[in-house]
Amino acid sequence: MVTLSEKILGAPAGTYIDRRIDRAFCHDGTGIQAKIIYDAMGAPGIAHPDSVYIIYDHIAPANNSQTAELQAELRTLARESGVHFWDIGSGICHQVMAEGQVAPGEVVIGADSHSCTLGALGAFATGVGASDMAGIWVSGETWLRVPDSIGIHLSGSLKKGVEWKDVALTYVARLGMDGATYAALEFVGESASSVPMEGRLTLCNMAVEAGAKTGLFYADKETERYLAGYFVPCPMQVQESPDYVQDCYLDLSDLEPVCAVPHRVDTIQAVTALAGTHLDQVFIGTCTNGRFEDLARAARILKGRRVKVRTIVVPASERDYLKAITSGVAADLVQAGCTIGPPGCGPCLGAHMGVLGEGEVALSTANRNFKNRMGVGASYYLCSPSTAAASAIYGEITDPREVI
Amino acid sequence: MTALHGSGPAVCIGEDIDTDLVIAGRYLRTKDWSFWAEHVFEDLDPTLATRLKGAVLVAGKNMGCGSSREQAARALHEAGVLAVIAPSFARIFFRNCINVGLPLLECDLTGCTDGMIITFDCTEGWVDVDGTRHIFRPLSPRMQEILKSGGLIEYWKRRRER
Repeated sequence: MVTLSEKILGAPAGTYIDRRIDRAFCHDGTGIQAKIIYDAMGAPGIAHPDSVYIIYDHIAPANNSQTAELQAELRTLARESGVHFWDIGSGICHQVMAEGQVAPGEVVIGADSHSCTLGALGAFATGVGASDMAGIWVSGETWLRVPDSIGIHLSGSLKKGVEWKDVALTYVARLGMDGATYAALEFVGESASSVPMEGRLTLCNMAVEAGAKTGLFYADKETERYLAGYFVPCPMQVQESPDYVQDCYLDLSDLEPVCAVPHRVDTIQAVTALAGTHLDQVFIGTCTNGRFEDLARAARILKGRRVKVRTIVVPASERDYLKAITSGVAADLVQAGCTIGPPGCGPCLGAHMGVLGEGEVALSTANRNFKNRMGVGASYYLCSPSTAAASAIYGEITDPREVI
Repeated sequence: MTALHGSGPAVCIGEDIDTDLVIAGRYLRTKDWSFWAEHVFEDLDPTLATRLKGAVLVAGKNMGCGSSREQAARALHEAGVLAVIAPSFARIFFRNCINVGLPLLECDLTGCTDGMIITFDCTEGWVDVDGTRHIFRPLSPRMQEILKSGGLIEYWKRRRER
């Protein structure tokens, strides 16, 4: 039977299709490049401005005059063309889109590799580069190859101190960095319905780290509950015994807190095996783990304690930041000695707000630990918000179960 | 216009080469495409940039994984790379190469070393290395058309003129 990708795209795996795009978004980085391409195409006008989004998150606010000037140029286009525009401080594009812009069954294209995050809502969401985005601005459509699908079957329930990020790192390690190239991941199985939306977003976010085109959850009661908060209608999606090219079974009860070790996302070790590793910086944030629930988990551990190492916290969106403020989570984090940055990508891409120096070691809740990415000559481990918070207290990698 | 066939010496790199290594995040914010050619592969091997003109880049599996930055494909194109060959590509990098007019071939050339002369034809789907012919699946007609136009900019201009 058909997979969710086949159902949404309306064609069997392997088919090349031209598809009208329901939502197309980019950020300050790829948006500027898309505008250069769009101008070179003769700036013929944006076909469907109502389905185009520009969201400033990567270097927001600008770090120097050159960036500021490029951002000003894109800002002018955004304002004059009538597209949806979110300026600095709004949040990471994927999170902003998840907050009431995307509905189940839509085809969503983002000019960013982590656009697969939105598959959590039952949308077909994937990333492209700047030229493809400019092509979508001009025509409202793009070509896609309908992917094969891999089933990620979830069973059991998470033990205390183990989080969705640990599940994400574990499945990426099982599949390998290119284990799902060109394919879509479908998160299914008896425990899929019990994964909360924040966990779905984390799991789908990392699909691209296994090379996948996207990761999807079927829209269900949890999706409906989440989208009701944004007044977005939620058509239910029912699994029809789809044909998977590969199956990966994860018993959540078996999982432990893990870290991806330098410099590969698919190479993980148990936190217990890494305990005591010295840290120079801890970073909690990103499209993987900068949501309110992530900050709240970190705050639960840090409340009444003091970090021993510089700790940067960056909320994923304005909404997440506001929730953190009104709930007291932000105060707990600041009292513990954390530095809170403006909503956005923070230092994840190594451009600003916490870039590492040569020889420094960091622990991060991000999705990539590629060599030199967050600072030339630095190394960093990826982990869950709780592992990050526990480790911040001691200045070394620490098992969160010791402090929860 | 982009030539879909050509010949040049191999420059070999490893597997799982991510786009951060092709062009680092700190160099992305500019309109000057030649700037990326100067800094291409700087964090992987700073000597590579000077050896890419007229070369065929031979990579291991999962070439171009990670960030969607089109600057990675653009940097290689600006540096004068004729084509990129790898057993598999990360899909966004794959699309980006087509869109900037840089031919790429999905073909395993394990055993190929720096300097070996590589002749390729994307339309017919073959690569010759050191007297051995490797056959691969040709690119789709659409991809060939975009490449032949010289990339997506020219492709769209032509489509509108028709």
